[in-house]
Amino acid sequence: MKIPVTAIHLPTRPGREYESRFDREQSLLKMLAIPIASVILASMVTTLPIFTAEPLLPPFGLLMMLGWRLMRPGLLPVWSGLPFGLMDDLFSGQPFGSAGLLWSLAMLALEIIDSRAIWRDYFQDWLIAALLITAVLLGGLWIAGLAHTAPEPSLLMPQIVLSILLYPLVVRICARLDSWRLAT
Amino acid sequence: MAPPPHRRPGFSRKAQYSLFVTYVAATAGTIVAALLLSISVVDPTGFAALRTFGAEITAPIARIFSALRVSTQAITHDASAYMDAASKNVTLEKEARANRSKLIEARALRAENARLRGLLKLTDEGEQQIAVGRLISSTASSTRRVATLSVGRNYGVERAQPVRGPAGLIGRVIEVGPTTARILLVTDAENLVPVMRVSDGLPAFSAGLGNGTVLIKPLNLGESPFRVGDIIVTSGNGGLYRPNIPFARVIRKTSDGAWPSLLLTPATRLMQSSCNNIRAKPERLNKLPPLTARPKRLKSENSGNRYPPTDTAGTRI
Repeated sequence: MKIPVTAIHLPTRPGREYESRFDREQSLLKMLAIPIASVILASMVTTLPIFTAEPLLPPFGLLMMLGWRLMRPGLLPVWSGLPFGLMDDLFSGQPFGSAGLLWSLAMLALEIIDSRAIWRDYFQDWLIAALLITAVLLGGLWIAGLAHTAPEPSLLMPQIVLSILLYPLVVRICARLDSWRLAT
Repeated sequence: MAPPPHRRPGFSRKAQYSLFVTYVAATAGTIVAALLLSISVVDPTGFAALRTFGAEITAPIARIFSALRVSTQAITHDASAYMDAASKNVTLEKEARANRSKLIEARALRAENARLRGLLKLTDEGEQQIAVGRLISSTASSTRRVATLSVGRNYGVERAQPVRGPAGLIGRVIEVGPTTARILLVTDAENLVPVMRVSDGLPAFSAGLGNGTVLIKPLNLGESPFRVGDIIVTSGNGGLYRPNIPFARVIRKTSDGAWPSLLLTPATRLMQSSCNNIRAKPERLNKLPPLTARPKRLKSENSGNRYPPTDTAGTRI
């Protein structure tokens, strides 16, 4: 449909519809609660009746946190890896503090990457997420091995592959949630 | 994408300090997490209360989904039961006829067994079913193999109780909450179960591999005496599990180093069973070792078992 030119518009910025306008205020509660709640709910996926013979379910909480962090840098503070990780530890079955430590380290690593590789595209973000997911899962295995007898690292291969392949889906969910979050 | 504005504090002292504070907080948080982790490594049951809290608050949702899963399975099962109903009926009737005589024999053997036990003044151990529950979730994303059971302290579940499914041993209770309990599955690498081969009572122990199978290691050195297809039951050594709970079937023979060892079928099948007993009644042993194998087993078994060999009973009568 052709829009009739009635006035000369300044080129609108892409995110214009997400800004507060007259009589259309953004909800502060939604803006804060949606990212936090989505990561916590994603961590709680393990409490659904899903039974696998080997660790197969991707760490959805981690994927969600990485998705938000890489899609909207600056939204989650650097220290947010600790509370999100400790929340995940309640449900994951790992020794308490394992995800708290690993996710904090992941957030710090992302901060360092952000200062080195400033202009990135989507595939580079995916690569970074893939490396971090692999590191966190292997680190989780190592930590589980500190406290208890742990199985072989090759056991984690299917879970790592599945998590990396599911990352784009999680980023899309984050994007949908983001547009809902910022909608007026 | 462009660096976010918070990374460029400009000349504002306040912005610079607040950016610095977030980095300090992140580093401090990492150290705090490392401390918490070291506490939980030293004392694995330390944060049990927190985990129990997590399991309790999510249990209602998990129960709903579990009920949905069970009812869906029931619907599909009922629907598929109508396929070939007539031919199935014929085969089942044939089987029932064949089983009837075996059942009578088994009853007679049980009566005889009870009589022999009476002669020996042996009493059955107080093994009874404490509660029946369902597995409502498992740690499907962690290398620990821990599942949550839908009953807890409210039904008398205590720590270290063995948990059985309809087909065999599943694990034992490690943490108990008010309405949920956490179970260390037999497939966890931490879980060692004393077992034996049902045909001759060859003692062994099983260690989980974390991938849904367990590794059975015989207690003696040398070549592995197991064969594919051997049925393994718990031996009851150590007293944690009662003897003769169906455990596994040998699916593959491996050998790592000096230890000949075996891979066994897993408890995956067991885990997927919807209904689990804690300390089931002996009658629940429907997949039990064949009755003819029992005296043989008892002849070869040695110390540590809670049942003294009953084959001596024959000489005393």
